[in-house]
Amino acid sequence: MMAPANPLPRLTRSIGANAVLLGLAGLVLLPYAWMALTAMRAPSEIFSDPFGLPHDPGILVDNIRRAFAAVPMARFLLNGLVVTAGLLMLQLAVAVPCAYALAKLRFAGKSALFALIVAALCVPIQVPMLPIYIVLASLKALDSYFALIFPFVLSPFAIFLLRQQFRAFPDEIIQAARLDGFSEVEIMLRLVVPSARPAIAAFAVFSITAHWNDLYWPLIVVSSETMATPPLGLMFFRDGDLGTDYGPLMAGAILIVAPVMLVFLLAQRQFIRGLTMTGLR
Amino acid sequence: MTAISPTLRRRSEQAEALRGFALAAPAILLLALLVVAPLLVVFGLSFTDYSLGARHWAFTGLGNYARILGDPRALGAVGHTLVYVLVAVPLSVLLGLMLALLIQERVRLRRAYEVVFFLPATSTFIAMAIVWQFLLHGRIGPINAWLAWLGVGRIDFLTDPATALPTLAAIGAWQLVGQTTVLFLAGLAGVPADIHDAAALDGMGRGWDRFLRVTLPLLGPTVLFVVVTTTITAFQAFDSIAALTRGGPAGSTETLLYKIYLEAYQYTAMGYAAALSILFLAAIALFSLVQIVLADKRIHY
Repeated sequence: MMAPANPLPRLTRSIGANAVLLGLAGLVLLPYAWMALTAMRAPSEIFSDPFGLPHDPGILVDNIRRAFAAVPMARFLLNGLVVTAGLLMLQLAVAVPCAYALAKLRFAGKSALFALIVAALCVPIQVPMLPIYIVLASLKALDSYFALIFPFVLSPFAIFLLRQQFRAFPDEIIQAARLDGFSEVEIMLRLVVPSARPAIAAFAVFSITAHWNDLYWPLIVVSSETMATPPLGLMFFRDGDLGTDYGPLMAGAILIVAPVMLVFLLAQRQFIRGLTMTGLR
Repeated sequence: MTAISPTLRRRSEQAEALRGFALAAPAILLLALLVVAPLLVVFGLSFTDYSLGARHWAFTGLGNYARILGDPRALGAVGHTLVYVLVAVPLSVLLGLMLALLIQERVRLRRAYEVVFFLPATSTFIAMAIVWQFLLHGRIGPINAWLAWLGVGRIDFLTDPATALPTLAAIGAWQLVGQTTVLFLAGLAGVPADIHDAAALDGMGRGWDRFLRVTLPLLGPTVLFVVVTTTITAFQAFDSIAALTRGGPAGSTETLLYKIYLEAYQYTAMGYAAALSILFLAAIALFSLVQIVLADKRIHY
């Protein structure tokens, strides 16, 4: 039996570790603090005392109102919702059957398909975007929901992740269901997919975060303010007339950061699981 | 099980193959349309002088690749990408390792710390960029006010060519550290506790000695994996450059991806951008392959 450890050094160690962690957490949260404080203050106070506390809650409401008046903020948020929700559904509609076929069925070219999926994981999206942009431009299809959504409908990451999950589903149950007269699609949707719910949730958080925040592709294909996604809209806002008016700008920034932050906070267990499950982003 | 006639079995196998193929068909079609064909086109384009909207274009062989070697801004972009990676990756990996080691022993606050350090990775960067722009501002920024208070001179973080790139990389590390922390925490969970107990019985003290001789070697594969993953992400840094410096001042923050963006979508030089993209693809694909091999090992150990 080991003697119980001396409690004193253990306590000091714990206090020390927490002190370091709290200090670094403060550093990480510093920009968020300024963002929140600025949105709650009048322009005159922002520069004189950057981290002073606000004293009039009405200013926040006013700043939010001015953010909505300066740019089509509601439209940006709606575009973000349409793109992320539409994409997630389409990505799953393509990935789930493919992952199921790869995990549980035998067909010609299956291993070649899986090899291609893995190879596609190694391709940075910015490279195939080049010809896709040329085609969209020649079809005059830029600056549309189609241009924003279509190039990302195939998610090799989703297929890879779901295949790993589906493989763990017992074959005996699938065999039994087949003998009971279940169709393949029924087996997939009613038995296998529900068993992989955590993995699907993990992918959903990934997909929503990635596409809500994406700046690269919207910056390239979107030219009008009405088609702008939240980050691009915020960039227009900053580069526009009110761009030096930090109060409304920060109120707008909070509106755009908040939805994904909420999704992350609600599903952080799944998110972290997804990250550690494969480490592929 | 009762014997099934060979014809019946063959028929059921054929049916299964048909179903499998039908279920995978949409993905196969999209894979061809969105990945395979575009990659072939990029490769082909890289040997042409195609410019968007131009009626005439010609094959120029290796011309674009030769042009990269003679273009100081393209070579500069490669150099800047490497500097960015060499600052952001060690910073986020070392900080992440330290945070993971500190967080690992925490019981009550563990979740809270994980969430806080992961927050930057989930936040829309352009929103945070506006904040950083203010915080780091040469005249009105609070960070410079604090530096002045400490007696250190004023630093034009984002507008001085000497500091702009390292500053962007440091902000990159701020964003990446949550990812490295979480991956290290997963790796540490895989280090068996009894090895630590055994080390303690062998008289190995706490702290550095045990960390260097027991934990770190066991964590080796995780470290390698985290370095590779983080490097891939760092290579693709774009938002911070587009939002904060636009490649400036004086081209000092133009990275390879930003240069591709400029050539393709601002100057419509598609052929040249394609050649740069092939270079970019080769670098990332190499790291991704290493990552997949490592991930495979991690899953199966």
